[in-house]
Amino acid sequence: MDKLRLRFEKTGRAVYISHLDLMHTLQRAFSRAGLELKYSEGFNPHPQISIALPLSVGMSSVCEILDFKLMTEADPAQLPVHLNAVMPEGIRVVECYEPVHKVSQLKYLEITGTFEYDARPVSEMKNTLETFFARESIVITKKTKRGEGPSDIRPAIRSIAFAEGKDAVLLRAVISAQEPTLNPTLLADALRQLSPATEPDFAQFERIENYLENMEIFR
Amino acid sequence: MDKRLERILPRVQKPARYTGGEYNQIIKEKSSVDLRVAFCFPDTYEIGMSNLGMSILYHTMNSLDYVWCERVFAPWGDMYDEMKRAGIPLYALESGDSLDAFDVLAFSVGYEMAYTTVLDMIDQAGLPLKSSERTALLPLVIVGGSAAVNAEPMTEFIDLFLIGEGEEMNNELLALLRTAKHEGWSKSEFLRRASRIGGVYVPSLYEVSYHRDGTIASFRAAEGAPERVLKRVVVDLDSAPYPTNPIVPSTEVVHDRVNLELFRGCVRGCRFCQAGYIYRPIRAKKPETLIRQGVEALQNTGHEDVTLLSLSTSDYRPLAGLCDGLLEYCESRSIGLSLPSLRADNFSMEIMEKLQKVRKSGLTFAVEGGSQRLRDAINKNVTEEDLLNTCAIAFAGGWNTVKLYYMLGLPTETDEDIIGIADMAGRIVHCWRENAKNKNRGVKITVSTSCFIPKPHSPFQWEAQISREEYLRRVSLLRASINSRNVIYNWHDADTSVVEAVLSRGDRRLGPVLEEVWRNGGRLEAWSDYFDFQRWMEALDHHGLSAEFYASRERRTDEILPWDVIDVGVRKEHLKREREKCFASELTPDCRHKCSACGALRLMEGGKCDG
Ligand code: SF4
Repeated sequence: MDKLRLRFEKTGRAVYISHLDLMHTLQRAFSRAGLELKYSEGFNPHPQISIALPLSVGMSSVCEILDFKLMTEADPAQLPVHLNAVMPEGIRVVECYEPVHKVSQLKYLEITGTFEYDARPVSEMKNTLETFFARESIVITKKTKRGEGPSDIRPAIRSIAFAEGKDAVLLRAVISAQEPTLNPTLLADALRQLSPATEPDFAQFERIENYLENMEIFR
Repeated sequence: MDKRLERILPRVQKPARYTGGEYNQIIKEKSSVDLRVAFCFPDTYEIGMSNLGMSILYHTMNSLDYVWCERVFAPWGDMYDEMKRAGIPLYALESGDSLDAFDVLAFSVGYEMAYTTVLDMIDQAGLPLKSSERTALLPLVIVGGSAAVNAEPMTEFIDLFLIGEGEEMNNELLALLRTAKHEGWSKSEFLRRASRIGGVYVPSLYEVSYHRDGTIASFRAAEGAPERVLKRVVVDLDSAPYPTNPIVPSTEVVHDRVNLELFRGCVRGCRFCQAGYIYRPIRAKKPETLIRQGVEALQNTGHEDVTLLSLSTSDYRPLAGLCDGLLEYCESRSIGLSLPSLRADNFSMEIMEKLQKVRKSGLTFAVEGGSQRLRDAINKNVTEEDLLNTCAIAFAGGWNTVKLYYMLGLPTETDEDIIGIADMAGRIVHCWRENAKNKNRGVKITVSTSCFIPKPHSPFQWEAQISREEYLRRVSLLRASINSRNVIYNWHDADTSVVEAVLSRGDRRLGPVLEEVWRNGGRLEAWSDYFDFQRWMEALDHHGLSAEFYASRERRTDEILPWDVIDVGVRKEHLKREREKCFASELTPDCRHKCSACGALRLMEGGKCDG
């Protein structure tokens, strides 16, 4: 059968499942649902299943993308029902369809975040954050394959906005998903490095939506 | 989820083991149950979630509609420190509730090195350590598992122990506790009544006095408590509960697979092996039952591996048929079937070939003793001829790694026996040269030794353990005797063995020692990362006790042993007889050839021993 695509959520307790463990967990879920994954040919066959953009441990998402191939024909409309019946808590399939775009076309991610401040007033922090991220460039020291190096994360932020929440500053941003990849945790790292007084006591992020270069929704 | 926990989890190693939420976990409505049980495993999630006993009892206890049983594991050091710093108490995975919300803390304890972790978990639950200081009926702190066959070092801290198999006994106890809770019994009233349930040992109902030399002078049961507590067993394993819908961990654990238990007990009667005695009598499951349960469990979990568990898998009579039945399902789905604990002597070509179709792993043999004389003395019925024959078949079939396990310090062992280990390894290398089809890949023979620990309820329960120094001398002797490049020698150090020997045959006077070791930071000591030999020796010393008294002292056969209060079924007379036969290097036929009337049969009314 041709390639199929799942959109699924990873929230709640499931956010602590690592990428590798998630792959394994999903394979088992397919097996429990009686859906046989197609294996690759070759010396060391492995199931043909891949996740578009690995998610960091601790981050939640309502727009994860999984591509896979099945051994037999299956009705994509029915797959979410079968899979959701056998999923661990926090992982929920929203939709299954035949892919429209290539994973390489996935350009932007919409994310939300909460910056928690235990002892600093939220309203004040919101303003400082706005000023900080309005800079033209935000050069941080980043771990790369070749050790540490300077990197400007500003070009990878397409838009960013802050709002006042109950005990935290709420963030909404559109960031580059690939080439370059911006891990949202770098937003908090930037504060730690460049504006320690604004660094939150705790930051948490969630992926909301995937977009193409032209801001059309990735399908 | 607790806000404080959310902040910690991204910082610790493998956080998924601290969250719960796995597929097949059991969630109940708190208000709909009368008893909440925290099923505590005094080791990490990865170890505990690999434990079949834990999985079975989680389901049997939850099968009671008035009980919600949840899992609790011991956090690894990084998480432990973070929790302490943030003031987060130990919590159960299903509900996330801290342990003060529970009516029962039920520990499954399989090894002595977990004792200090039990104390630590009681403390993390916010409870006083000592049973006598927890005066209210609830929460009740109980211990089951194979370490309970000598419960004495732990008695100060635990309200009651469950001896033997828990499928029926646990639920009888919970039923009584429910009544006690409804009717408002006192703790002592409850304990008195609980002691009448078969298999329940309430240590506070027994009084122990000692001679001046430290041996036990008397061990007296209070009015109404049984003289000896008889181990419980499940008679019919085919109808015994087996969860075909176990929890599927969302993160890697040690044994990530479906576990099928072929039988309980062992027909062999190796004299050094405690398990061979404490799990008697022998009861097997029918292959039909196992195939049905195996297939169901594979379907319900999505696991890629199934393992056949038992003390000596190849003694399962219908093994070939069972493998066929399982392979029929497994092969087409690329599911691996593995058989640990195969014996060298009846490891048939047929079974090996069957498994070869699916997966090929190294060969592992527990040879235990280096010479035929010593193997006869310990009743380890494996001959060098059998071993070499098996290896020849395996080498011809393409295997090229063999692991051999031995113990040093077995009763009657001489230097000649130790040199015999090196000789045997050399002959296996030779056997490979003669039989291997493809010699390019080379051969790797690994010899491992550990220091023998005499265990309660085995024929060697009266024996002395060799000293650390003597163990090291024997290690050096063996190391010097190995002269093949293809043989690798690994030895476990003896420090843990000494502490294990102390605890496994310990008495009640060790309670304060455990407490001191724990207070000085001892926990998760089955892990070399956390084990500290000196801490144990100092604590023993502070309490006027010595490791030698417990580990390397030979007991008189008329001495009252701390674990005599526990009756595992096998009679002391049988153990004595077996020990005498060891000294005479005489074999005892295995249970298949001849029942030696060990006494375990009296545990099963009307049952038949599958010897
Ligand atoms: S009763 Fe007989 S057959 Fe059964 S375990 Fe004991 S010795 Fe073996």
